[in-house]
Amino acid sequence: MNRLDIHDDPDGGWRELAEGLHGLRAEPPPTLRPAVLERVGLADAYVTVDGPAGPLLVAYNGRGISATAPGAEEAGFAERFQARFRRPLRPADRPPATLVAQVERLLGPGRAGRRPRYDLRGTSEFERAVLAKAQEIPPGQVRPYAWVAGELGRPAAVRAVGAALGRNPVPVLIPCHRVVGSDGRLTGYAWGVGYKRALLAAEGADPDELERLARRGTRFFGSDTTRIYCYPTCANARRTTDRHLLRFRGAAEAAAAGYRPCLACRPA
Amino acid sequence: MDTHPELPARLARDLDGSFDELVGAYQRLVFGLALRVVADRADAEEVAQDTFERAYWALAGYQAERVAAMRLRPWLATITLNLARNRRRRRPPPARPLEDGDGRPLAVAAPAAAEPAAVAERGQERELWAELLAGLPRGWREAVVLRHVEGLPYAEVAEVLGRPVGTVKTHVHRGVRQLRELLEAREERVPR
Repeated sequence: MNRLDIHDDPDGGWRELAEGLHGLRAEPPPTLRPAVLERVGLADAYVTVDGPAGPLLVAYNGRGISATAPGAEEAGFAERFQARFRRPLRPADRPPATLVAQVERLLGPGRAGRRPRYDLRGTSEFERAVLAKAQEIPPGQVRPYAWVAGELGRPAAVRAVGAALGRNPVPVLIPCHRVVGSDGRLTGYAWGVGYKRALLAAEGADPDELERLARRGTRFFGSDTTRIYCYPTCANARRTTDRHLLRFRGAAEAAAAGYRPCLACRPA
Repeated sequence: MDTHPELPARLARDLDGSFDELVGAYQRLVFGLALRVVADRADAEEVAQDTFERAYWALAGYQAERVAAMRLRPWLATITLNLARNRRRRRPPPARPLEDGDGRPLAVAAPAAAEPAAVAERGQERELWAELLAGLPRGWREAVVLRHVEGLPYAEVAEVLGRPVGTVKTHVHRGVRQLRELLEAREERVPR
């Protein structure tokens, strides 16, 4: 036996030393465990940010932003979050500065800067492709479900596109509100069509005008100077003055008139 | 022998379902070890978070058989020690002299008035031990902490420090002897 091993010889004058050293075992702070789980994405925290149509609840973990909801739904947010993602959700101790800044830039007037990361676990590859495509639509502009399906090379998958957008875990941030019915109407939105209209209006679109065009069957605008046709909300279409503006009910009509599709909004 | 023999197999089967258990089982070791190196609770908590995050992504990348065969305690202690040393290099703790200029021990800070005497005494005692330990050379200190504060067997201490068991035993013994000498010198001067 080694005289110097305090564990082997607790009564030989080393007891105080052994107890003193063992007493140095430190209790970890209660914040450690939840913080670790959030960092690896096994739990989430949420903050409230100023959204374009009122306060917005934003849930996040170390992998990215995982869910959003209108600010008024705080009570039910954690419940629905847990039902869908099977992870605990709690209010953040202090707002995560970088993430809040990214969200504010994304929703701000310039919409510049690095996009926040999203945690899209639980979505299919197709769903992620649809969400990525929705992010290509500039603020204040809209495209029909069929456009998304066509862009993804799945022109028949219009209903699947609608379903994928309906399952968007981070509405407002990933702008599924910029996708509209194939007739141009501002159809279905998880948080209500009123919310969708408010979001589009906040981005500078005119929801009433969009509904009016849809009712009249106007699908595209053409310019008789460039002989190009666009979706009505395309930046190129909005530059065309009324005197030079033509209205088309479909791509075939535009093509028959000798117009080619716009390369920016790709209406065909 | 690890204290949680079934855990590696569970982690191999379902990492996300059992990782919380790993944190619960080893947070005291990881945080405690980090604290003895960086000497600041907030820094130690960050080191502990980094350690578990690193462990999670490592486990997520390993084959199931490899995870199932892992010895988690020395593995986590190794990660903790590396990250804590890095942090300490970047931000060394403020110097805390063990003695004042006359060679007398410094008075331990008076406890808050509301603190019950027993708790205060315990707090003072811990502070004394922490101070004594902080005065050891790094190699001895790490060995003493792993062996006698955290209670790891010599084989695991050797694995964590990357040195032969014999060397580690020598370092622990020398560290303990110096602690005892420091303690005795102090007790001679301050009647307890």
